[in-house]
Amino acid sequence: MSMPFYVSPEQIMKDKSDFARKGIARGRSVLAMQYADGILFVGENPNGALHKISEIYDRIAFAAVGKYNEFENLRVGGVRYADTRGYQYDRRDVTSRGLANIYAQTLGTIFTESGKPYEVELVVAEVGDTKAEDQMYRLTYDGSVAEEHGLIVMGGNSEPIATHVREHHDPDAPLSTALKLAVAALVLPTPDGTEARTIAGDDLEAAVLDRTRPRRAFKRLVGTSLQSLLESKK
Amino acid sequence: MAEVPDLHGRLPAHFTTPGTSSFTDFLGVAQPDLLPSRRRDLPAGLIDAPHGTTIVAVTHAQGVVMAGDRRATMGNVIAQRDIEKVFPADEYSCVGIAGTAGLAIEMVRLFQVELEHYEKLEGATLSLEGKANRLSTMIRGNLGMAMQGLAVVPLFAGYDLDMGAGRIFSYDVTGGRYEEHSFHSVGSGSVFARGALKKQFRDDVDEAAAIKLAVDALYDAADDDSATGGPDLTRRIFPVVMTVTADGLRRIPDDEIGAVVQTVVDERMTNPGG
Repeated sequence: MSMPFYVSPEQIMKDKSDFARKGIARGRSVLAMQYADGILFVGENPNGALHKISEIYDRIAFAAVGKYNEFENLRVGGVRYADTRGYQYDRRDVTSRGLANIYAQTLGTIFTESGKPYEVELVVAEVGDTKAEDQMYRLTYDGSVAEEHGLIVMGGNSEPIATHVREHHDPDAPLSTALKLAVAALVLPTPDGTEARTIAGDDLEAAVLDRTRPRRAFKRLVGTSLQSLLESKK
Repeated sequence: MAEVPDLHGRLPAHFTTPGTSSFTDFLGVAQPDLLPSRRRDLPAGLIDAPHGTTIVAVTHAQGVVMAGDRRATMGNVIAQRDIEKVFPADEYSCVGIAGTAGLAIEMVRLFQVELEHYEKLEGATLSLEGKANRLSTMIRGNLGMAMQGLAVVPLFAGYDLDMGAGRIFSYDVTGGRYEEHSFHSVGSGSVFARGALKKQFRDDVDEAAAIKLAVDALYDAADDDSATGGPDLTRRIFPVVMTVTADGLRRIPDDEIGAVVQTVVDERMTNPGG
């Protein structure tokens, strides 16, 4: 009888992490940032119907990069969780903090207990009545959760994009300015030397959590409204 | 029984299992005790519970209007004088309730979540008929309670984006669904409201005229039915009126309705029969 190889727990975790990171780095980036009236989400997504950015609840949205079937699972779970809680208690009792906790536990369990970790990174964001009450959480494949302020960039070329946006980011800027900054950052060249690109309008996925909207703050920016924002002079 | 996680657990498997886009179906697996239809039947006997009364709906050139009076009664007592019985179901439809108020409001709450849940999971809204059918199923689920005198009879109306027109659906206690043309009314004062609408409705009414018609019909219902509340000018309690058009649903603000109510009351000063 042959002895099974011994692999140290450190090595197992490292291998899983490397695997997940590689998967996530292959995908196009998505970013979430504050603007004057709320939180803007922008990503490059050639699959028009398969969204990376979605509504979870009245004031809460979800954005993800990585493997579609895996983050779609989490999105569905989040919507079901939020709607169940909101129905059982009250709509105000559904919070991004609660949702981020649930996702962290879920991702953490999958990372440690299953052979293959999820190759995903998520943002859970909630707009408050004022800018100071906005909340943004970043969740990674191993269940780590971090609250961030103003800006989150995930996916392939996240480092240069984050640096560029952070440099020019103004949380009080109007939507069109924020959107143009995001798009300019998404096409930046990657560190390994690929050229700067352009993104066709159809390949852009954008949405906002707009605190001025009644109840459901989430709104997709599509078609002519997206175009006119991108072309506006302001 | 499957559990809804608290803030410290992970999502149980059934939360992430693909399949249904229906919130009701999901709740049936996750937390069936929250579903009105899964409740065990009550022991025989009658209980007194507040009842909501008259709802009217009128189609017009731009869409459809729904209005409800503000009274809930319990036997001979006015249980509440400012209850709201017309609710937005989603952006393009509304639902008014007559019957046992507690059960009806719970049903509307579930119906609202059901429509929004589907929209979020599927990325598309249900067709107007699809929504009307979902409501049918919910009413059927309440049949056990209805047999004990706790019936819920809603009226559903919305703007059909495919047809470009306002449509009205009525129901019976068994969940039977019937499309109504031009106008309809449910609740204890509905006979009188429908009579008024029948005499005054014209095919070419616009939104403002339809709102006036609805308020007029509710006035007539309150005139002859003790369970329907008339407009309360002293307390400024007016009917809840919603209009649904291609632009979506809008609740008519109280000051606008107040003006319509004042006109109706002024007219009745000289002609009490309307």
